Amino acid sequence: MVSPHPYIPATEADRARMLERIGVDDLDALFADLPPAFRDPAIDLLPALTEPELIALLADRAGQNAAPSRPSFLGAGAYRRSVPSIVSHLLSRSEFSTAYTPYQPEISQGTLQSGFEFQSVVCELTGMDVANVGLYDVASATAEACLMAARTTKRQAVALLEPIHPGTAGVVNTYARGAGLRVDALATANGLSDDHACLVVQQPDFLGTIVDLEPLANAAHDVGALLVVVADPFALGMLKAPGDAGADIVTGEGRDLAGAPAFGGPSLGLFAAGLPYLRQMPGRIVGRTRELHPSNDGEPRTGYVLTLQAREQFIRRERATSNVSTAQALIALGFTIAVQALGPRGLRESAELCYQRAHDAARRIAALAGYVLCERGPWFQEFLVRGPISAPELSAALSERGITAGLDVSDRPEPEARDALLFCVTEATPNTHVDALIAALAAIGDEV
Amino acid sequence: MTAPGPAREDFGDRLSVDRSVPGRRAVDVPTWNGSETSLPDPSLLRDSLRLPELSQGELVRYYTALSERNYGIDSGTYPLGSCTMKYNPKINDLIASQPGFADAHPQAREEDVQGTLRTLLELRDGLAEVTGLPHVSLAPAAGAQGELAGVLMISSALEDRGEHDTRRRILVPDSAHGTNPATAAMAGYTVTHLPTADNGSLDRAAIEQELDETVAAVMVTVPNTLGLWEQGIEEVAGLIHDAGAYLYADGANLNAIMGRVRYGDLGFDVAHLNLHKSFSTPHGGGGPGAGPVCCTEELAPYLPTPVLDECDDGVVRLLAPERSIGQLQQFHGNVGVLLRAYAYLRALGLDGLRAVSGQAVLNANYLRTLLHGHYDLPYDRPVLHEVVFSGSRQRRQHDVRTYDIAKRLIDHGFHPPTVYFPLIVPEALMIEPTETEPPEAIEALADALIAIAEEAAEDPDTLHGAPWSAPIGRLDETAAARRPVLRWQDIDVSESISRLSR
Repeated sequence: MVSPHPYIPATEADRARMLERIGVDDLDALFADLPPAFRDPAIDLLPALTEPELIALLADRAGQNAAPSRPSFLGAGAYRRSVPSIVSHLLSRSEFSTAYTPYQPEISQGTLQSGFEFQSVVCELTGMDVANVGLYDVASATAEACLMAARTTKRQAVALLEPIHPGTAGVVNTYARGAGLRVDALATANGLSDDHACLVVQQPDFLGTIVDLEPLANAAHDVGALLVVVADPFALGMLKAPGDAGADIVTGEGRDLAGAPAFGGPSLGLFAAGLPYLRQMPGRIVGRTRELHPSNDGEPRTGYVLTLQAREQFIRRERATSNVSTAQALIALGFTIAVQALGPRGLRESAELCYQRAHDAARRIAALAGYVLCERGPWFQEFLVRGPISAPELSAALSERGITAGLDVSDRPEPEARDALLFCVTEATPNTHVDALIAALAAIGDEV
Repeated sequence: MTAPGPAREDFGDRLSVDRSVPGRRAVDVPTWNGSETSLPDPSLLRDSLRLPELSQGELVRYYTALSERNYGIDSGTYPLGSCTMKYNPKINDLIASQPGFADAHPQAREEDVQGTLRTLLELRDGLAEVTGLPHVSLAPAAGAQGELAGVLMISSALEDRGEHDTRRRILVPDSAHGTNPATAAMAGYTVTHLPTADNGSLDRAAIEQELDETVAAVMVTVPNTLGLWEQGIEEVAGLIHDAGAYLYADGANLNAIMGRVRYGDLGFDVAHLNLHKSFSTPHGGGGPGAGPVCCTEELAPYLPTPVLDECDDGVVRLLAPERSIGQLQQFHGNVGVLLRAYAYLRALGLDGLRAVSGQAVLNANYLRTLLHGHYDLPYDRPVLHEVVFSGSRQRRQHDVRTYDIAKRLIDHGFHPPTVYFPLIVPEALMIEPTETEPPEAIEALADALIAIAEEAAEDPDTLHGAPWSAPIGRLDETAAARRPVLRWQDIDVSESISRLSR
């Protein structure tokens, strides 16, 4: 190691001076409480690298991933978006990125006021009354929604309406086990009963279909259950706000509007609810208030604080609504800036462009000999394609041609998914990639 | 009380909606020129979307102004105890943002993301070495989720032992982070609080008294939140195991001991780390973090999904452990944070990690020495990564609370330390300088705190009204909670909202 290391400012001379002032002979004296039998074990770590070496190594590693230019039609929970250029620029402001949870509001108004903007944007998109500043990801947010529904209804089971993202269902199951809740996967809302705390519905669903939420809200409410909608916030640029369709809690994934998919994370769980559930919400909430003392023009100024903290772990401990502490604040900031940059027209236009481009690509595929579009109703950006060969074979054949196929969903129970791949085309999928896909599918069809 | 200087703008009253002018926009969207597909039935579509309309430059100025109303590590010393606010190397951000990493799709074939997976595998191996716990899942998104993973793993192990229904208690010291008891409750356990002994370590007799066949686990933060080593923890581990329970390590304070002592060697069964703390990834104003969970051979089958392994064909794969507690994330965790942590680990190596823990401990003790006598020190002995003073004397003698001291520190250009935590220290000031502060910064922090202690005696009102130089003064937190205004749609004067076009 170079001494001193660039991250550690103290020099040998500094250390000697500090030790003398403390009144100990050496650094070891400060570790005297550590049990001698376990001190300084052999630890096998890779050797340290200088900055240029580190850059070279990780550039090489990044190059071992598929090239970013490779056409890909994967969606299924992570979507390539046209993220406004100002997002990454503003997120690199280190006053934002190197701050922590805003415990001192007087010097954290940037994080807090942005958090208030985020809550406002999430409420507007989802049609809900209250939102927190974000949870880890859509799946853990949905799990928290199930726990909140169970707390408020005092029921011990939750229902998931298929098709729902398997990752979301998986996390709900993990959290539910700890809380002692039963999880039922339902094919239709007919399976609901009065021991269900909530019905969880994904919008659009895992196979891309746009769901009519109102009948589901009615079905849930008829048995005294809450409706939890797991919504794609980008699709909400054109789809009805779940709150207007009767949702009680809305969750969603905000990562894709804030930046690149990054192998799934950092992610961002959106969490919004109706006003009656405010005091049962997990996570941090920002509130607007005023200065205690007026500034010199006589008027107390407006500011923002973390509020309703009696719900939280650091005060309520084992009676908290959740254990969540650090979540995904910086990604929430990126999400807020992206939505506000797009604005009301831009978000709608973007969502409709996504819809048009996906449908156009689907139409071109369906026109190829041997390919069938398996529609289950109106859809947004993902569609099921059955080809002339089995789904795994088609996926492999595309891969050989340098194209990443849509997700293989052929093992799902829905009849439309049989032998099908779930393709995704968004507003950000390059035209040249769609052209390459069509050509490759045609060539594969010709070879069969 | 009135601040000197000219009146300042009420910036907080000017939200994005107040700056909106209908017709402006910050980005353009390509027009679709292909054949039109009719939209879904209007009953499925929204008929209004009320968002602010600003030009690109205005929006950038608004958020730039907001950033200027924030304080980060790059702004100055940020000695927030238990949060390890150290300098975040910029190379780590650069690395994570490389398109090869950033554009990787979470459902990509493993063969197409070997660069990411091999890097994560090496991080896994590094964390296993540093903790002495050989099995690791990188999936948890933050420390609290790592805790949940660890406790659920213990649950599953007890279930397989047939003791899940009888062992329903988790013991947590009264000095623990709130996440520990909250996690235990989320996992379905009742919490028994353990007292801290006079030496600042766990009360051995109290543990022995509580340990019985109803205890599932003991969660211990090492070093603890007083900045002290848990005396005799290796013997306590033996007692806990003899009683058939598991020992959990909250690794939030790993920074003090990296490269010097390991949880696994001491007898811990499972630990979570906070990579955003010890491994210096940007805290982001409250995340993203990463909370990997590390465990023994015995608990390995229960790790959350996914774990990583290099298979016989040389491909690194994402796998589900045999008896996994399941997934904690829709995908694979906060991978961008994990890549940054890897870069940090590689920039340091073992000697570097030891230099980190050594300097972190030296800095905390230097501060302890400089402040000695100026504030009460309830546990007056050498500390590890942080030192907890008490403002009790200032409260008693001058009616100045720790709250006031913290706010006054802002006027001296510092972020205040953690206050009123741990709960067992009255008027607590929990200060963690970290290794990345130079001695001059620690001396300046000490000088400021000494000046404030003197000011408490001479001019307590200045402290009661502080801060005077921040972008905004003390805020009315009571009013915020009593009548919540949580979004722009709630603001009384709906003038702002009326500016938005439907």
